[in-house]
Amino acid sequence: MAYAAGVDVGSTQTKAVVVDEARRIVSRALTDTGANVTRAAEGAFQQALAAGDVREEEVEYVVGTGYGRYKVTFGNTQVTEISCHGRGAVQMFPGTRTVVDMGGQDTKAIRVAPNGEIIDFCMNDKCAAGTGRFLGAASSALNIPLDQLGPTALRGERPVKISTTCTVFAESEVLSWLGRGKKIEDILLGVHQSIAMRSAGLLRRVGVEEQVTFTGGVARNVAMIETLNAKLGLQVNVSEESHYMGAVGAALFALDHILAGRVPAHPRQGA
Amino acid sequence: MSAETRADAAVVGRGNKEGARLFREWFDELTRAAEAGRGGAYVFVMGSLGELLRTFDFPLVFPEINSLQTAVRRVAHEYLNEAEDFGYSPDICGYVKADVATQMRSGALPMGRIPKPALAVFTNACNTYIKWGEIWERMYDIPTFTLDVPGSRAAGAHAAPGDADFENDRRYVAAQIRELIPHLERISGVRFDIDRLREHIAHANSMNRDWKRVLDLNRSRPAPFNALSDGTIFLGVANAQRGSAAGAKYFAELVEEMAYKSDQGIGTLTDERYRLLFVGVPCYPIFRRFTEMFTELGGTFVNSTYLWFASGGSNTGFQCRLDDPLEGLAEGLLVSVRDAMDSMFFQTQPLLDMYRDYAADGVIYHPIKSCRTVSTGLADSRRALMKAGDIPSLFIESDMMDRRVVSEAQLKNRIDAFFEGLATRRSHSIIAES
Repeated sequence: MAYAAGVDVGSTQTKAVVVDEARRIVSRALTDTGANVTRAAEGAFQQALAAGDVREEEVEYVVGTGYGRYKVTFGNTQVTEISCHGRGAVQMFPGTRTVVDMGGQDTKAIRVAPNGEIIDFCMNDKCAAGTGRFLGAASSALNIPLDQLGPTALRGERPVKISTTCTVFAESEVLSWLGRGKKIEDILLGVHQSIAMRSAGLLRRVGVEEQVTFTGGVARNVAMIETLNAKLGLQVNVSEESHYMGAVGAALFALDHILAGRVPAHPRQGA
Repeated sequence: MSAETRADAAVVGRGNKEGARLFREWFDELTRAAEAGRGGAYVFVMGSLGELLRTFDFPLVFPEINSLQTAVRRVAHEYLNEAEDFGYSPDICGYVKADVATQMRSGALPMGRIPKPALAVFTNACNTYIKWGEIWERMYDIPTFTLDVPGSRAAGAHAAPGDADFENDRRYVAAQIRELIPHLERISGVRFDIDRLREHIAHANSMNRDWKRVLDLNRSRPAPFNALSDGTIFLGVANAQRGSAAGAKYFAELVEEMAYKSDQGIGTLTDERYRLLFVGVPCYPIFRRFTEMFTELGGTFVNSTYLWFASGGSNTGFQCRLDDPLEGLAEGLLVSVRDAMDSMFFQTQPLLDMYRDYAADGVIYHPIKSCRTVSTGLADSRRALMKAGDIPSLFIESDMMDRRVVSEAQLKNRIDAFFEGLATRRSHSIIAES
């Protein structure tokens, strides 16, 4: 059995996915990226191998993706996370025509053709507003763990307006709402609505065409899904694998090479 | 060395080398003028009137070119910071701020020293030109002249010589030039000589004709020059030497070089995989690297709107009449400045034509933070282009001067993704055709 792997080195976390020849996900792994990007990539890859009981020599092709893709030194080639999220989303939800990927420091809107070709894409520029980092700032200001932000926000009834477009200033704006006696859940709902509004703006730039698939780490946040649905007036697709979608897409690109017989004669450098 | 290799060595790359030489000589002249206390004529690329101003022996100073050179030479931040410390906003045109700092440094630039302005002449092609001129008025108490050139009334509405609208506009421009001449005589102390003007216009005509031929030759596959990197050198000469014998000779030789490369199949890339069009102003703070991010993936720029609007109208190939030089100059100015404005406001159809004529594979839109005139509307233009044809395009933002808003990693990520899309599209089209 031949396997393919994708390693997505993101700004905050590194993900690795192993797929088999039938495009089934065999295993996955997640680790914090930290300062040593190459080590994070190696660590995630080895964890994924162990989780799937796959030997390294059985993995014939590895694609690196994400900002640290060129640091996946044991990989065969690199593909941007834009192409990988598009590919992964179409694999999971074949009706996907638009993808919104919300990661640690950027949000992407991607429009894809039925054959998976990227027609257009748009990303936040030069600023982390409207990304996972924005939620991180709120989490820090309110002293609430990241995984509790969504459930807490959903209890909000009268969301505040978060007007700043700067992640750094967002923290002070959150604190000022606290000072004015607003409930934490209302503040958090406002934060989520603010991010949803910015993301919807990015999506409109590439053109929102159904189905819309939501990928990236922030797709695990229930309030983000709900506020995005409300802002777009539709139901976004969310997969259990959303967080790993970039790595899934990378693994599928790797599998393309194996199926096309484009496997290098020399073994990869060991991780 | 074979005869062919000798010919290659003599011709290939000559335009870049000669362009650099002319550029150095031009700055040496400006430095000498500054040291002699002579005043310069400050002009801009969209309608410089270089032909007329040479008639009065003014040293020509192009503040836009001076400013972009500070970025290419990686010192723009020093100039921008000085202007911002003086109170200029981070959000205004970077060229203006670099010029303000240059003036505060008594004209000192990495390439030499520029003279102070004796006057400034500009058109309405860019709104910032007018506000920029006001700064020099306040600094030096000099006269500035704004030539009001009527633009196209609508997309594709090109009035030609002989049409009533065109003739009205031509008379309007000619009247303004006639008003300007006595002021030029007074400021320069040189009497107007229509035969000298005729001679300079003849040189500009020659340059216009040849620049258009150079642009046309880049339809060859592989493209003989990169419109972004090489093209910017050619543009510098087109502006600085407009109306001079040296400029006319340079472009005649450039035609020879590009025709030779085209005939011999010598491309700017050895492996040209994708032919691209560029819309906007280059990213000068990382000028070479910006181009490399495309060339290392097999992409070359075959044409751009920049070569169109920043070439002083030479791209049109327009030939001004010589029997009546003043009317000819007015007509040429009207045609060229209108064309430059069209490149910003009515660019969809010309881009579609360019895409077809140059057999392009994609269009790169590059709006920049510090030039709203060129950048505003690019998103709409891109939407219109995508609606009009199935044309791959990329929208990337940075700046022409300010490296604080240039993120190489973000640009690279988007460019890589764009090329991945081009590769996927090409593989799908090969499968569909087989």
